[in-house]
Amino acid sequence: MSSLQRTPLHGVHLELGARMVPFAGFDMPVQYRSIKQEHAAVREGVGLFDVSHMGQLHFSGPGAVAAVERLVSCRVTSLRVGRVRYGLLCNEEGGVVDDVTVYRTADDALFLCVNASNVEKDYRWCVRHCGDDTEVRNHSAETALLALQGPGSEALVAALTDLDVGALRRFRFAESELGGLPVTVSRTGYTGSDGFELYLAGAGAVELWKMLCDRGAVPCGLGARDTLRLEAALPLYGHELDDTTSPLEAGLARFVKLDEGGFLGAEAIRERAAKGPTRQLVGFEMVGRGIARADYPIALEGRPVGVVTSGAPSPTLGKSIGLGYVPPSLAGLGSRFDVMVRDRPIEAQVVETPFV
Amino acid sequence: MQEGRWAVAEYDIRAELRYSREDEWVRAEGDRVTVGVSDYAQQQLGDVVFVELPEVGRTVDAGEPFGVIESVKTVADLYAPVSGEVVEVNDVLAETPEAVNEDCYGDGWMIVIATSDASEVEALLDVEAYKQHIKERADQDH
Repeated sequence: MSSLQRTPLHGVHLELGARMVPFAGFDMPVQYRSIKQEHAAVREGVGLFDVSHMGQLHFSGPGAVAAVERLVSCRVTSLRVGRVRYGLLCNEEGGVVDDVTVYRTADDALFLCVNASNVEKDYRWCVRHCGDDTEVRNHSAETALLALQGPGSEALVAALTDLDVGALRRFRFAESELGGLPVTVSRTGYTGSDGFELYLAGAGAVELWKMLCDRGAVPCGLGARDTLRLEAALPLYGHELDDTTSPLEAGLARFVKLDEGGFLGAEAIRERAAKGPTRQLVGFEMVGRGIARADYPIALEGRPVGVVTSGAPSPTLGKSIGLGYVPPSLAGLGSRFDVMVRDRPIEAQVVETPFV
Repeated sequence: MQEGRWAVAEYDIRAELRYSREDEWVRAEGDRVTVGVSDYAQQQLGDVVFVELPEVGRTVDAGEPFGVIESVKTVADLYAPVSGEVVEVNDVLAETPEAVNEDCYGDGWMIVIATSDASEVEALLDVEAYKQHIKERADQDH
C-alpha cells in the first residue's frame, strides 16, 4: 500500500474522514459519509469529486490533429477549438485500448483525458502511433481534476468566475479563472447530471476544493461516482470495455466513424460488424429479489449465456440495476433472463438506458 | 470485510459483547446467543441494502457462513461465531436493511443461535482484543 500514488487532495480526504481504497494505483476516497447521500447530492444539488487520478495526454505540432484523428474513433478534424468529444482508442483487432474525451485546445493542439488505470498504456500506444510532426506529452502527474456535478453546479461556478457559464454548453470548455486560479472549465462529466470538470495545476487543487465546498458542494467519493455513472449507463473501462470488446457490441456506434477509412482498429470493427455481433451490452433491472454484481453469470434456462459487467442498487430508482453482455437474441427491450446470484437464478429484464 | 479503511473514524465497540475476527458481535444469555455485525463492520460496508438470513431450524458450525450482507458497493458473507441451531431470525431486516447502519447492536440484530457449546463464546474476542484487531488491520493498510 505504501507504493500507492496520492492526488494533491489526499490530505483533504483524510481530514474529511473519507474511507480510502486503492484504485488504479492511487489511494482514493470511496466515500465520505454515505454513498446514498453523496449520490443524492449530485442528483439534487451539487457534489464534488477528486478525479485527479485521471490522465491527460497532450498532443501538439503540425501533425497533431491528423494523428489524433487516426488514434480515436470519433471525428477530430471537425472538432472545433473549445469543444470536447467522447471517443475510443482501439487496437488493430478492434478492441478498446481506452475510452477518452478529446479536447481541441488550439488549431494544432489537443489533449485526451484518459482513465487512470490506462495512462501508461495509452501514452505508449499514442507515442508509438504518432509521427515526428506530433509531440505527445503526459501531463497527468501535474494536473489536478475536480468534477463538480449536479443541477446546482452552474450557479456555483458562476459565482467564482467572470466566464459566461450559462453560455458554456454541454461538451464545451473554456480557459478561465475560478477564484483567481487558472482553470480549464469543461461542461462535461461522468454522472448523467449537469456539471463541470475543472482542470488545473495540482498546486491549486486544495484551494479550489475548499472554495467549492465552502459554497455548498458535497464531497463525493468513487462509490457514488460508480452508482451515478451506472444509472446513466456510461461504460467503465475494465467492466463494459476492455482490449477485447468491440465498441459496437458496447452500444457505442455513435462514437465510431465507421463510414470513413481511417482510425486504428476501424477495419477490424467493420469486419466484426459485417459478420454480425455475437453479443450486445444491455441495461437490465432485477425482477426478482437480489442484486446483480460485476462478473455474475447471466443464464437462460440454466445455460450460461452472458455476464454482468456492472451492477448495483440504484439509489435514485430504489431498484437493482445492471449492465451486461448477452446474445443479440436476448438484447431486445423486455427480454428476460436470469442473473446467477450466488448460484441462484434471479430473474432480470432488459430495460431502456440510461436508467434515469 | 471489504478492503479499505476509514482514515479518521470512531467505532462504537461495546464492552458487554464478544466479537468474532470477522466482525460479528454476540450477546450470550444462557445458551441463547444473539448475533449481529459490529459498528466497525457497518461503517466499513456503508449503506446496507440487502441482508440474507437463514431459516429458523438450520444448524450452523462456528466459522461457517450463515448469510450475506450487501451494501451499495459490496457483498460480504456473515459467519456464525458459534455452533448451534438458529432459533430466531430478524425477518424485519428483509424490509429495513438500513437498521444495520442505524442500530447495529439493537434493531439490526440478525439471528439467535441456541449454542451447543458455550465455551465457543468464551473463545471469542473481548472488547479490548477486538479493538486491537481493528487497529491491526488499519495499521496493515498503512
